[in-house]
Amino acid sequence: MSAPLTAAAGTAAIAPGARPVTGFWRRALRHRSFLLGAVLSLFVLGAALLSLVWTPWSAYDIDVASKLHPPSAAHWLGTDVLGRDIVSLLLVGARSTIMVGVIAVGIGLSFGVGLGLVAAARKGWTEELIMRMSDFTFAFPAVLSAIMLAAVAGPGMVTSITAIGIFQIPTFVRVTRGSANAIWAREFVLAARAAGKGSFRITIEHVLPNILSILIVQATIQFALAILAEAALSYLGLGTQPPQPSWGRMLNDAQTLLFQSPMLAVYPGAAIAIAVLGLNLLGDGLRDLLDPRLARER
Amino acid sequence: MANADAPLIEVKDLGVRLNTSRGPAQAVRGVSFTLRRGETLGLVGESGCGKSVTALALMGLLPDSAVISGSIRLEGAELVGLPDAAYCKLRGNRISMIFQEPMTALNPMHTIGRQVAEPLLRHTSVSAAEARQEAIALLDRVGLPDASKRIDAYPHQFSGGQRQRITIAMALACQPDVLIADEPTTALDVTIQGQILDLIADLVAERGMAMILISHDLGVIAENVARMMVMYGGTVVESGETQAVFTRMGHPYTQGLFRARPRLGARKGTRLTTIAGTVPELADLPAGCTFADRCAIVEARCRAALPPVVDVGGSHGVRCIRTDVSMADGGVVA
Amino acid sequence: MSVFFLQRILTLVATLFAASLIIFLVLDALPGNAAQMLMGADASPDAVRALTVKLGLDQPLTVRYLLWLKGMAVGDLGNSYVYGTPVAGLIAERLVLTIPLAIMSMLITVVLALAAGIYTAANHNKIGDVGVMSLTQIGIALPNFWFAILLILLFSVKLQLLSAGGFAGWDDGIWPGIRSLLLPAISLAVVQAAILARVTRSAVLEVLREDFVRTARAKGLGKREVLWRHVLRNAMIPVMTVMGLQFANLLAGTIVIENVFYLPGLGRLIFQSIANRDLIVVRNCVMLLAAMVVIVNFVVDMLYAFIDPRIKVANL
Repeated sequence: MSAPLTAAAGTAAIAPGARPVTGFWRRALRHRSFLLGAVLSLFVLGAALLSLVWTPWSAYDIDVASKLHPPSAAHWLGTDVLGRDIVSLLLVGARSTIMVGVIAVGIGLSFGVGLGLVAAARKGWTEELIMRMSDFTFAFPAVLSAIMLAAVAGPGMVTSITAIGIFQIPTFVRVTRGSANAIWAREFVLAARAAGKGSFRITIEHVLPNILSILIVQATIQFALAILAEAALSYLGLGTQPPQPSWGRMLNDAQTLLFQSPMLAVYPGAAIAIAVLGLNLLGDGLRDLLDPRLARER
Repeated sequence: MANADAPLIEVKDLGVRLNTSRGPAQAVRGVSFTLRRGETLGLVGESGCGKSVTALALMGLLPDSAVISGSIRLEGAELVGLPDAAYCKLRGNRISMIFQEPMTALNPMHTIGRQVAEPLLRHTSVSAAEARQEAIALLDRVGLPDASKRIDAYPHQFSGGQRQRITIAMALACQPDVLIADEPTTALDVTIQGQILDLIADLVAERGMAMILISHDLGVIAENVARMMVMYGGTVVESGETQAVFTRMGHPYTQGLFRARPRLGARKGTRLTTIAGTVPELADLPAGCTFADRCAIVEARCRAALPPVVDVGGSHGVRCIRTDVSMADGGVVA
Repeated sequence: MSVFFLQRILTLVATLFAASLIIFLVLDALPGNAAQMLMGADASPDAVRALTVKLGLDQPLTVRYLLWLKGMAVGDLGNSYVYGTPVAGLIAERLVLTIPLAIMSMLITVVLALAAGIYTAANHNKIGDVGVMSLTQIGIALPNFWFAILLILLFSVKLQLLSAGGFAGWDDGIWPGIRSLLLPAISLAVVQAAILARVTRSAVLEVLREDFVRTARAKGLGKREVLWRHVLRNAMIPVMTVMGLQFANLLAGTIVIENVFYLPGLGRLIFQSIANRDLIVVRNCVMLLAAMVVIVNFVVDMLYAFIDPRIKVANL
């Protein structure tokens, strides 16, 4: 007496990567948080791109005579203490934010994914060493490494990008290694190994393509974290330096004028929150859409 | 208490509608049976046939979104639609359940003593110390070695068979009237399976409980229950005295199930017969006979409507309109 | 002593050594001559040399590193390059503020997060769940220093209930001190709580799907009883892991938040020391923060063993 039925298996097995692309867009258009996230993210991206070709006023010209103007037809959100147009500052600030985010996430992605793939492919002490190192780096928040770097190299955009980038690496290492290990355990990788393919080729041909969607999701969320870190560092004066406008710096300037012009402290913060919220929603939505198995309970 | 002949559990036309990821599904329909004290009933079928859903409906443990129709009566009292607070007074007290996976059915963070004593503390007015003594006695009875010494151990310190003994002790703590055993031995080693089934049989006889035993394994059903129901696609396709069903199998599905079981002593190289096709998704069941798509003797009229139950004698019912063909050779299958 | 405990202690010590080495290399080896940096580019070479000797910077790198380790062991962290007073004293003065601030905001975080996480999990997919989860989504997107500024705008500028910054100290009793730390603690906590609430919710939902939850229900326990008696303790493991990791963020957050509220805490000390090029202070402060993070995560590891019986026995 034992299992009486040998029911034909195979209905549940779906070939990896076989999902049709059209299905993705159809589901994407019905996914509310994905749509909201995409709209907010595109809004911020659009602002940054727009600032390259046009701003209502120059974001760099100081005109103390027209300082702290309230919102008007000329200055939609008013002017700051140096007479600069707030809308223009916000637009150019979006550019700094996105630039720092892209470079920092780029650093995190290239080092983190590389190390994660090596850890998964080599196993043994290599994996152990990489994971211990990344655990260790993880204990240093971006602000702390930025402070150390700023202490020796002086504050600035390069300092903050480097610090945020370093902070991004361990997360990517963990995510990459975790999902790559799962791929390494799959049958088609076993088949590839049996066919005599080396671990480098397997990594490039099988592992990387299969974890790509997970990495895209993670990169989106890390982008949001990078924006938050950049804002904090600029606020502290360790990041983007004047006269280059940045949202964090604007908040720092506004804080001294809290009693006179409270709204100056509202706009840049709202801009940061919109960018971060947009990217987080986009990331969550992508996770739902790219990997429905992972996302069922969210 | 009512006389022994009065039905303890009476299920009439039970239907369960579940919300699945693929839309609403009629997981169970038209299930009816009566169980008296001391009687045993087996539910057999492939996974997804609705047998566990039936059990959970009896326990009142289906998700809130499930829609239950029909009637379940415990000594005449209606259970369908009973508020959860009232149901809680019955569960673990008058109706108990043993689950399939002993490895995960116990809370890893609590000692086994605490878990066995929990229903006692919940349903009776014993003190903590008395409940503990009772838990030791129960664990002793289900054959857990050194019960008094190991009462403060945690589940991970026991083997699968021992854990199943612990869940049995837990289910029996309040001397329930009805015991539902859902695949109690499926997750266990073959050598342990017999011991656990024997233990359950002894306890059922000793305490005069009614038992519903759920299994996908015809052998387990044949040896352990007096009456049986074969389920497929949410409906009961065949029911009757175990003896009668095994002598004259009426439904093509039951026959296929029987043919597909591996046998000891089968000649080497003998192919294991299988039933062609797979169990239909409950969300998209065919309109007529649920087994139509896999049936060897299917006709057009099988697909028109759900076939009625045909009594083939001695309260042996078969839900098939082609019993004339399926039972032509007496329903005996080689 | 259990193998588990011993292993963790060894890892802890190794991690602390690694941290000290990296901090020392970054802050003492890379910048070149600290004396030159302190005195400026136009200082006379003789004066720079004299200061180099006075600060002990003429000794080899390894000697200086070992001296620092020895100093940490005996509690002598050297003197500040700028103030000339013992670094240990400077730090101790500031910890009186930073530690209560960190504890307060961690408490607020945990209370908010557990309440929201358990509530939403128990009301999965109902309106309350969706509402609170949307709030946490917004909470995660808020920069904590901006939230702090908004709190100042509301409570100090508009309502004039609390001061916009500064620290009352502990000399006039505990309440003035707590009052001045309230807004900073809340602004640190809200963002962290939003993240932790989501973690708690998914941890509870995960445990709710476990078989033993059904077993407990089959025993006759109500949904609420099952949640409190069986689910929560099982769900605490991932929640605690994240809490440990959040502590690092919290300490980093104090650096920013202390600057928002002009609080004379450790964060502000680090910050001022960078401006003053007082590298010895920076080095010891960063080491202290790193040590706190590592030790808190060590304690979390120990708590696992306390909560989960499987860990203790498997490793005894």
